[in-house]
Amino acid sequence: MAEPAAVVEETAEAPKKPVDPTFEPEIIVFACHYCAYAAADLAGSMRLQYPSNIRMIKLPCTGKLEVIHLLRAIEAGADGVYAAGCLEGECHYLKGNLWARKRVNHVKDLLAELGIEPERVEMYNMSSAMGAKFAEVATEFTQRIKELGPNPVKREGVSPHAAAREALGGVAMPEDPQEASAAATVEEGLAE
Amino acid sequence: MITAERKPLDEILKLVGDQKKVLVAGCDTCVAICLTGGEKEAEILASELRILAEKDGRAVEVEHTAAIRQCEWEYLDMIAGKVAAADLVLSMACGIGIQSMAEKFAPKIVVPAVNTNMLGMPQEHAVWLERCGACGECVIGETAGICPVVRCSKSLMNGPCGGSHDGKCEVTTPEKEDLDCAWALIWDRLKAQGREEMMFVNRPPKNWSKSSSGGPRKMVREEAKPV
Repeated sequence: MAEPAAVVEETAEAPKKPVDPTFEPEIIVFACHYCAYAAADLAGSMRLQYPSNIRMIKLPCTGKLEVIHLLRAIEAGADGVYAAGCLEGECHYLKGNLWARKRVNHVKDLLAELGIEPERVEMYNMSSAMGAKFAEVATEFTQRIKELGPNPVKREGVSPHAAAREALGGVAMPEDPQEASAAATVEEGLAE
Repeated sequence: MITAERKPLDEILKLVGDQKKVLVAGCDTCVAICLTGGEKEAEILASELRILAEKDGRAVEVEHTAAIRQCEWEYLDMIAGKVAAADLVLSMACGIGIQSMAEKFAPKIVVPAVNTNMLGMPQEHAVWLERCGACGECVIGETAGICPVVRCSKSLMNGPCGGSHDGKCEVTTPEKEDLDCAWALIWDRLKAQGREEMMFVNRPPKNWSKSSSGGPRKMVREEAKPV
């Protein structure tokens, strides 16, 4: 009987595309101020290594994230986008992270409709005490995007991070001034 | 309110064809309230179209805008500039708004991005139920405030029929969910009102010529016409 063989063939995993070792994806992270952003801070204090491909945007809550914000990042050429909110049931605003998950899932559907891999967007949950989890998620997601390859929508001279920040308008929280000045000092040091 | 649902992307793309400058026009009244065609949704659709064009290497300019109401001439004046700059307008308004745009800006090509589906009410957040068929001759004064035209699957004027069981209709929704029998609801409410006798009034066949069966309808209020 030929039928079972055909079923096996259909369910077999498609061969993975070879990963381009020179491809460094640009990943936008929408991080909640109360959990993921603090977890990133902790990961830094713990001297944990994670890929430098992620560009963070701090939000007061992932619940403020809308469908268009995720789409704008993809449209501006981000190779991957994820939202990192509090653990389910522990949102500072009660349900913001649950709303965010629904919206991320909706964007996955929209991307599938456009012929773009839905895996390019994701929702993660973590608490502010989970520095290791933050590093693990960043590593895992970066690897996932490296395997997917570049976003087919690439625009010369457009920064996905800047575009996503702009789309968010006043929703994106300002970068921590202390952090910004620390980064500037490091950059100056490097320049010297 | 008037409710609408977005058309599948494939259908929208066929309607857009190979036009180079597309304006996605939302309407910030009914279709915005039903989360289908307001400014937010227009912006999302415009972004989707730009992503697709970029991905496929097609040079298409897609902008978005929204009129406060696409069904009124005055509000259309406010978006006239953006419409003039476009080759094609993809309207996310209800059928009324789309036609107003097509008439106001003729011969500009105006195509629908949504299917207008009903006059509904939000039963809960993000769930709409049909409540009115705009039949032109309202009967709900006799039916305890429940419309048999749209809430009875057969639009019966003298229900219930034999398909009513335990308050449910023999017909289910396309999603296979049970439907309440409108006539069972009418009976329950008439009973609660102490007006059971109204159930036994024989209603003659409805005059459907006052509905869309009578051809395009027109309403004029002479006393309100400008002098």
